[in-house]
Amino acid sequence: MAPEGGGGPLHAVVVVLLTAVVVGVPLWLVLVTSVKSQGEALLPSLALPRDGFHLVANYSTVITDGRLGAALLGSVLVVAPSVVFVLLLASMASWVLARRKGRWISVLYALGISGLILPPAVVTLVLLLRQLQLAGTVGGMVMVYVGIYMSTAIFFITGFIRTIPPELEEAARVDGAGPVRTFFTVVLPLLRPVMATATILICLYIWNDVFYAFFVVGGRLDTLPLNLFQVASAGAYLNNWHLIFAYVVLMSLPLVLVFVIAQRRIISGITGGAVK
Amino acid sequence: MSTSTQSTRTGRVRGRELPGRNRRRQQPPSQPSWFLVPAFVLLTLFFLVPSVYNFVYAFTDWSSFKSAIGFVGLRNFENVAKNGVLLTDLRTTVLYAAGVAVFQNLFGLGLALLLEADTRLNRFARTMFFIPVVMSALAVGYIFQALLKPEGALNALIGLFTGGFDYAWLADTRWTLLWVVLIHSWKWMGLAMIIYLAGLKTISGDVLEASRLDGASRWQTFRLIRFPLLAPALTFNVATALLGSMNSFDIVQATTGGGPAQKTEILNIFIYRTFGQGLFAQATTMSLVLFITIAVMAFPTIYLLRRRERVL
Repeated sequence: MAPEGGGGPLHAVVVVLLTAVVVGVPLWLVLVTSVKSQGEALLPSLALPRDGFHLVANYSTVITDGRLGAALLGSVLVVAPSVVFVLLLASMASWVLARRKGRWISVLYALGISGLILPPAVVTLVLLLRQLQLAGTVGGMVMVYVGIYMSTAIFFITGFIRTIPPELEEAARVDGAGPVRTFFTVVLPLLRPVMATATILICLYIWNDVFYAFFVVGGRLDTLPLNLFQVASAGAYLNNWHLIFAYVVLMSLPLVLVFVIAQRRIISGITGGAVK
Repeated sequence: MSTSTQSTRTGRVRGRELPGRNRRRQQPPSQPSWFLVPAFVLLTLFFLVPSVYNFVYAFTDWSSFKSAIGFVGLRNFENVAKNGVLLTDLRTTVLYAAGVAVFQNLFGLGLALLLEADTRLNRFARTMFFIPVVMSALAVGYIFQALLKPEGALNALIGLFTGGFDYAWLADTRWTLLWVVLIHSWKWMGLAMIIYLAGLKTISGDVLEASRLDGASRWQTFRLIRFPLLAPALTFNVATALLGSMNSFDIVQATTGGGPAQKTEILNIFIYRTFGQGLFAQATTMSLVLFITIAVMAFPTIYLLRRRERVL
């Protein structure tokens, strides 16, 4: 039976109209406003700019005033180690949690995924970071993200390991490989699909995070969302729409491009993890 | 912390006791227990310890105005409850989360059903609807603030059909919470959509074929067969929508900042504002309230949804 919502001209019209209005209009507003002059952008509208395109002027203003270079560097400095640490440490732990049985392992697993449900205690986190002399540092921010997203990673990776048969690992062990070698040469390569999914989700969360960044490094490190907030708050009544949206375009571009290029794999990865 | 070291120890002891004797029947564990340690040390230190601190500092007068921290009992809870903000914000947060859980799933399921067939057009539309998921929530908030201005693009669009429309979407004390809920649902509906699409793909064609031969209408097939079989996708989507929106901040901050008249002030906005004023103990109190609210709401919801999956 052909799935519903298939071809047909009426269906095509509905899809095109819905996409154009629901997603097209907001995205068009961003693009068109980001190339308008300040005067024209005061009241953001969907019309094309009347007094010329200010693409270069707006984008270069944002890059200098919004310290885009520093923000990009800050974001990368925070995102890259966070993702590497959380995935490596979580997969090590998940291997043990998925393969061993017993009451202690169940308790540890429950503790390990508790962060999926419970919210991070953001205020006392700042106090703790001060006590550890990590407040406002890249290292502190990285460890906070690792702590916050450890549960997500453990949840996804443990679920995945349970679906792969342990024979390969046993074969490696019989061949005389130690546990560490077995993990790095046999288990870790098998985890590639779930790693891809977890990397995407965690990158997405950390790259776009502003809430935890406010508390931990706010004012002491530039990241893209923190600087967007500053650009937006700089105008007295949020009137610099041309600059805000130029920044939004620049900041969204990397992730949107990665997504559009790799969307098939990304979507199949995410869905594979959620619905068994 | 104590739990992880303890299990490390028992693991090692077990490994040492068993070699040789039980080898044929039961091999010693080949996953070293210390593999658990780094993950659990970081999780404990940067996630669990601050949560425990929450239960301590909510009962103190910790603030940026004093150097010493003193114990004050329940005074913070009394203060916040007395000025009414606590209860209002709590209600707003719960309404916000419930609203997002409803609309995000309605939109996501609707899109999944509309874009189910694997045509080129549908694949393009799916990509478009997923772009907001990839964008920052702060950016999405600013986009809608611009779009929903009284003289903004949405009113202009509606005006094309009605000959003039003037409504201050984000300044209406009665309905703004709903508009912000819809914006949050708009941002995340693409994720709900692909989870539902995956769920729809797992339904076997035979079952649908059989229902068609039995003369079931499209609506009957959906209501009696397809929707019940989407239970795992529904569990995932409702749980993530509920928990994600309880912890929301960026969209509300960028659209209304908690206004008008604090009608959209969810707990994280209050925490951010109070923390900025240096009232750390009060912010901690609210953080604890959020923690407890989420725990109280999440566990029964997930339990019920899971049980529903099993019954079907």
